[in-house]
Amino acid sequence: MASVAPPARTPFARVSRDIIGALWAPEWRYRAVMGILLVILGWAGFAWAYQIKTGMGTAGITHPVMWGVYITNFVFWVGIAHSGTLISAILYLTRSGWRTTINRAAEAMTIFAVMTAGLFPLIHLGRVWYFYFLAPYPNQRFLWPNFRSPLIWDFFAISTYFTISLLFWYSGLIPDMATIRDRMKGVTGRMARLKEKVYGALSLGWGGSDSQWKNYRRMYLYMAAIATPLVLSVHSVVSWDFAMAITPGWHSTIFAPYFVAGAIFSGIAMVITLSVPFRWALGLEDYINEYHYDNMAKLMLLTSLIVGYAYIAEYFMAWYSGDAMEWESFRWRAVGAYSGPFWIMMTCNVLIPLLCFSRRIRRSIMSMFIISIFVNIGMWYERFVIIVTSLAHEYEPGAWGLYKPTWVELSITVGSFAWFLFWFMIFAKTLPAISITEVKEAMAEGYWKPGDKKEES
Amino acid sequence: MAGLATVTATFGDIHTVVGAVRSIREEGPKGIQVFGPIMEQELEDAIGKPPSPVRRYAFIGGLTGCISGFAITLWSSLYYPLVAGGKPLASVPAYVVIGFEMTILFAGISALIGMLIHNRMPTVELSPAHKPRYSDDQFGVRVACDPKQSGKIEDVLRSYGPDEVHVDG
Repeated sequence: MASVAPPARTPFARVSRDIIGALWAPEWRYRAVMGILLVILGWAGFAWAYQIKTGMGTAGITHPVMWGVYITNFVFWVGIAHSGTLISAILYLTRSGWRTTINRAAEAMTIFAVMTAGLFPLIHLGRVWYFYFLAPYPNQRFLWPNFRSPLIWDFFAISTYFTISLLFWYSGLIPDMATIRDRMKGVTGRMARLKEKVYGALSLGWGGSDSQWKNYRRMYLYMAAIATPLVLSVHSVVSWDFAMAITPGWHSTIFAPYFVAGAIFSGIAMVITLSVPFRWALGLEDYINEYHYDNMAKLMLLTSLIVGYAYIAEYFMAWYSGDAMEWESFRWRAVGAYSGPFWIMMTCNVLIPLLCFSRRIRRSIMSMFIISIFVNIGMWYERFVIIVTSLAHEYEPGAWGLYKPTWVELSITVGSFAWFLFWFMIFAKTLPAISITEVKEAMAEGYWKPGDKKEES
Repeated sequence: MAGLATVTATFGDIHTVVGAVRSIREEGPKGIQVFGPIMEQELEDAIGKPPSPVRRYAFIGGLTGCISGFAITLWSSLYYPLVAGGKPLASVPAYVVIGFEMTILFAGISALIGMLIHNRMPTVELSPAHKPRYSDDQFGVRVACDPKQSGKIEDVLRSYGPDEVHVDG
């Protein structure tokens, strides 16, 4: 642990010490994991470069399946991005106290997941250098984007989401940066001076006076209030990328709420998956404990039930509509060439999360970790099933076809996980991974204190 | 502040600060400033300063975003008429998404800008009253008052058991 003077005499000072003490000074394990991630990233970068140089034929997408693993990854990562702002904004507005220790990491996850998701439309574009065509900018040909297209809506939704999430996350960090700056004043050494300067600059000169707090708290409340509808809108817009088309299996009014629930479901699962190794590696077991996993499990269970209901409702609609195309699409989904992914999705997303009904399992961190990995896998397959099976089996039997990802697509997919984890690892060692301010607030309100597992709840 | 005395007290607990601030306000000082690692609604109410102007920034920002979102979509589709699928050029329902996203974007950015302006941030110079422990585990109450009042205020602050009290002027 890095030395963080002055010594912790009070409970508040102990919180600052514990959280700031987990920063910097990476161990050999950390360096080893970073090394592996960089190798994977390098390989994925090579695969992308090869695809750009050789052409889109290196990817498996072709008629009739023009959207494959890249778009699956895009939707998957946008979904992962949803829990962060949900936990920080919606649970902030509803005053759910258990969010305090996980919100910072979840928000960071949001930002890195959007950064990952944002790469996929670029990778999916054959000529990536024409990406800027999406932005409305004055040009000599007097051309403007087609604002009736869901793809343009998506561009606006994702870029707004990224900007607002980044600002929300950063504004939450301001008082904590000031805490680091001020604690560094008591430490001697060149590194401490450097940290004092850097974190002082990042805190923008936060002084912590009551009038500053007043403006700050207002701003934070408004950010939370506007981020809440934003979260819901972003994945709705992503779902309309599909639902606005007339492809059977996509053209459904249930898509927006169904996608939003799925996004929150997968996002919570990713928070659980990441926080388990993270609390252990940073020695923050007292801060993220059974109490938090219990609550996250309940949220995961609720969204799993909604998602399961949506799966069944889709089948009912397809059957009840009497539309032969629609019904064939759904029948084929369950028993056709892609029945494997379909049943993986059903098992991981609907059946396995039912275990969360047991309080013992919800409070067992190891079982939650394992369940959350199943959910991550299941949600990836859900997007794959929706995208690929619908396109592969559209109206005209003569135009049916199958899709198989190539090594380029698979390398980039694995690379996206490395890219996401790379940023998350950097975050965990450079910025306070738990909100120091909010933990202190929870302690002052007597709601929760580090180490409290709330066994009776 | 010229001609005024300053009484500064340091506390370790926010609830004590709330009580102390309430009692001091009854004495009618010229100004109260509280520093601390956290803030609570109760303390904010006890200090009793006017509402933050940040809300106006958020509102005006949101309105600007909404108008500009609809303006760019409507204007650009009329400016370069391109009928697609027989839909009207100004397809307002389709533009609601853009208008909505721009509302959120502008409201968020302007709320943040408003906070920065009114907090005089970013800055390099910290307030001379700021102490390192104010962002860690201590709360500072700084009262500006008439020099004649300072003794009385000091007594009030002391009755709440502060870690230290300091009088200037």
